[in-house]
This record gives sequence, C-alpha cells and structure tokens, in this order.
Amino acid sequence: MEFCPASDRSLLAYVGNEIGQAAHEKVFRLLRCIETAQPSWLRNLQPAYCSVLICFDPVQITHDEVETAVRSLAKSSKKISSVPSRTVEIPVRYGGEFGPDLEEAAALLSLSPQRVVELHAASAYRAYFLGFAPGFAYLGDLPSQLELPRLPSPRKEVPAGSVAIAGKQTAIYPFATPGGWRLIGRTPLNLFRPDRDPMSLIRLGDQVRFHPVSLEEFVNAERA
Amino acid sequence: MTSLVVESPGFLTTVQDFGRPGHGVLGISASGAADPITLQLGNRLVGNPPGAAALEMTLTGGTFLFPHSAVFALAGADFPATLNGNPVANWATHSAPPDSKLSVGPTANGARCYLSIAGGIQIPPFLGSASTHLLSGFGGFHGRALRRGDILQLGAFSAATHLRSLRPDALERLRPRKILRVTGGPQKHWFDETTHRAFLKNTFEVTGETNRMGLRLSAPSLRSVLNRELVSEGAPLGAIQVTPSGQTIILFVEQQTAGGYPKIANVIGVDLPSLGQLRPRDQIRFQLVSFGEARALWLEQHKFLQSEELLFV
Repeated sequence: MEFCPASDRSLLAYVGNEIGQAAHEKVFRLLRCIETAQPSWLRNLQPAYCSVLICFDPVQITHDEVETAVRSLAKSSKKISSVPSRTVEIPVRYGGEFGPDLEEAAALLSLSPQRVVELHAASAYRAYFLGFAPGFAYLGDLPSQLELPRLPSPRKEVPAGSVAIAGKQTAIYPFATPGGWRLIGRTPLNLFRPDRDPMSLIRLGDQVRFHPVSLEEFVNAERA
Repeated sequence: MTSLVVESPGFLTTVQDFGRPGHGVLGISASGAADPITLQLGNRLVGNPPGAAALEMTLTGGTFLFPHSAVFALAGADFPATLNGNPVANWATHSAPPDSKLSVGPTANGARCYLSIAGGIQIPPFLGSASTHLLSGFGGFHGRALRRGDILQLGAFSAATHLRSLRPDALERLRPRKILRVTGGPQKHWFDETTHRAFLKNTFEVTGETNRMGLRLSAPSLRSVLNRELVSEGAPLGAIQVTPSGQTIILFVEQQTAGGYPKIANVIGVDLPSLGQLRPRDQIRFQLVSFGEARALWLEQHKFLQSEELLFV
C-alpha cells in the first residue's frame, strides 16, 4: 500500500494501479476495516478503482499518524471476505428512444444492435465504487467486444435511469445530469431514493446483472 | 410556530448548514455552506449553534417577510439591505417587529451572504444535515432553490437574545482572500517546472461557469507533461484539476467525489471559505505552502473561532 497526501486534510491510500477485480477486492477490504474501526479523526472515505481517499480532522491527527493508523487497521483486512453478498438485477429497455446511442455503438463495434444487447446482458458486473453523483456505480468489466471511447462531446442532460457504456465500464445515471457515456438503454428502477433504506439500489462490492425487458414490462415496472 | 415568507428569492437562495460529510462511499459530496466561516459567524451573532441552517444568497439578495417578530443577522459579502425601508448593517444582529419586510440587494463585491435567524430554519435533516444538494435534488427545502411564496418554519428563540456585532478587527482577520494558499496535489509530478512556475506566478480569472460544484478558471492554460490517463480516484474539496485541454477547475462543495483529471494542487482548509466568495471575473493567484504550515494555520483559525471576546462586541 502506498500513501500520498491529497490535501491538508486528506490522504490517498493506493492499493494498486490498474482497474480490475484484484485492486477492487483490496479497496473493498480496506474500506471495511476503516469503517468498522470508525476512528474519531475520520471525516469521510472516498473509494475508487485502486484507492481510498481518507479525509480526517487535522486538529486530531497528522498525515503520518493517519498512515500509521491505516496500516495497522489494514492488518486485519485479510480476514474480510470480498465475495459479493448481493446480486442486483436491473431490467433494461434497450435501444430506440431509451438507448439513443445503441445503433451507432453497434456500428462502431461492427456488431448488430442485438449482439450488443446480448453481450451487455450476458455478463455479471462488479460495482467497483460509487461516485460522479449519489448512487452512480462504476460497473466492470465490460466485455472487451463492447469497449468504446466516451462521446466526443458530453450531453448537457442524460435522462435518469439511462444505462450507458464507456471504456471498460458500464453504469446507470441515477439523476438527470450531464454525461459523456454512450446510452444503450434505460431502466425503470429508481437508483437513488433519499426516503428508501438503503438509499442506493447498488452498493460498492455488489454484483450487478442486466436483463432486457419489453416496453410493457418497462412501463409496468415504472408504475410499481 | 413562526415563519419566514419568500417574496423574492433573488438569483439563487438555498438553505445551507455545515453539510453532510461522511457519505463518500455512496458518491455523495458533503454540500453545505459555500462560506462556512461566514455562516458560523452569522449564526453566532443571533445566538444559534454555529452550524444552524440559514439562507445562502448568491450574487443578489432577495425579499423576505417576517409575519412575526424575529431576530436576524446578515453576514458575508456586502449586500445592501433594508428592513421596512431603513438600512441595516451587515455583520450585526437586528430585531424585526411583526410584519416586517427585509430587502437584500445585489452585491458588488464577493458572492455570498447568509441570513441567519434566531432559532434557525426548521428543516427535517437528510443524512444529518439540512443542506440543499442542488444537483441531486435532496436536502434543504424540498431539495431545491427557494421560490417566491415558499414558507420556511423557524425555531423558537430566547427573548433574551441580545443584539451585537462582529469586531472590525475580527472581520479584517477573516476577510476572504484572493491569493489562495495551496499544498501540492497528488499528481504534482505530472507537471514540469515551467508549468509549476506558471501556476504560482500567473493570475487566473474566475469564469461564469462557476457554481457550487466547481469553479472554472480561465487562462493561463496549464499542461500535464505526462500524456496518460489517470485512473479515477477520490478528490478532496478544493482539489485543483487540470483537464487535457488545459482548463483549470477547483472542486467545490457539491463536487464529484471521484475524478480522473490530474490534480496539481489543493486549496488549504483555512482558505476554502474564500472560494465561496469568488465571483465571475475575479482575479486570483495561488501561493504554495507546506502541509505543516497549512496545519498550523488551521489550528490557529480553529482556536480564533472558538473565542467569543475576539469575535464579538
């Protein structure tokens, strides 16, 4: 594990340098260790692919002391299981007005739109971390046949529930926000609800699967 | 129950407190007051806890009605204000008789002004905070900026709340800065010496694309010498990111919790509230300090803000 101060009140802990399952499992375990210990100096944790940003109270502790404390906490991390405890099923209406970029993505990939859907729905993805917006989970890895760069210029507004792909990742936009990923479908599910427990449908470490639904099923699920 | 009626909300007025740090795992940024020191001083002027919910006004004030008697304070940038037609001073406690009208005008300097009312604004907390998170539409008053006709419930306050004001020397000491002190960022080695010199020597201008999510700066253009992509990682409040096209962005209170742009530097804790008072076309500069200096400044400010006699008369 390597450490680097990110600001006068935070420290980055790096557990690897490549996006993938191996680094994710280390992030998952490190996060659980720190969350379980709940040290009094801890103010926030911002996990990502290969790192955890640890924000602390500078009145109580310094960067060096945080590093020592985290190294010591991490010693118990090997005992923590990183096997996903939950699988989240996401119904998706692919293509058409729900996935305006499906046709173009298929053409760029030299695949039929139907094949893109099959490949996207055939894999199980891991929720590497949540970021960008509340409840936005970075899911990976996308089958290599579906890898495409982001859109050359991002959309000003992406409809909430949009299912998108970019690089090795896929994700669902929880809110209508700007977005540069390619939209291949939409889910009727609400990804983030402040009045629900838990608020976020997908949590870090979950396994996520997509399955295509008919327009009728989409509308019914939206009403539910 | 007493209340406050919004007759006109101005450009952007939201309910804010100290925010909700601690939910980065869900991708939620802390939000909270853009200038938390000013929020704290305003609250303490009216006898509220430092982080009580107050109204954050942006660039222009608004018009607010008090149907019942109230004690309030305005703190922050110089927004000219009148109570029932009579001028009221910033940084001081005022008493409003029933059926009063408070009109707050546009500011020529700074960006934000806080209206703190004794008893605080009563909003059911979301994840422990009444702060509005505009991007996701939660927290605060129905998760949105205030509109004409909104009615906010106010808490009870002690009739003994005394009128007071901030000491001019305290105000001078806490004045927002245009030279922002920074510490080196986690990707500082991605930039060469020339770029670092340009970063510290040149003047940057705050652009119109500036909000609670981030401040975009115009020229000079900075470049990373490493032509590679950063694996997205957690970014702290005040992180100074440089995009591949050379744009400089400072992450602010409604920031993304993770980002993939290299970070050349980070605004230090004591200077973060100054970001909340920057407006489009303001000229700013950066000054590099060590982590030790940043911490010493934080401890000093922390101690100063604890002391009643240094702050108020």
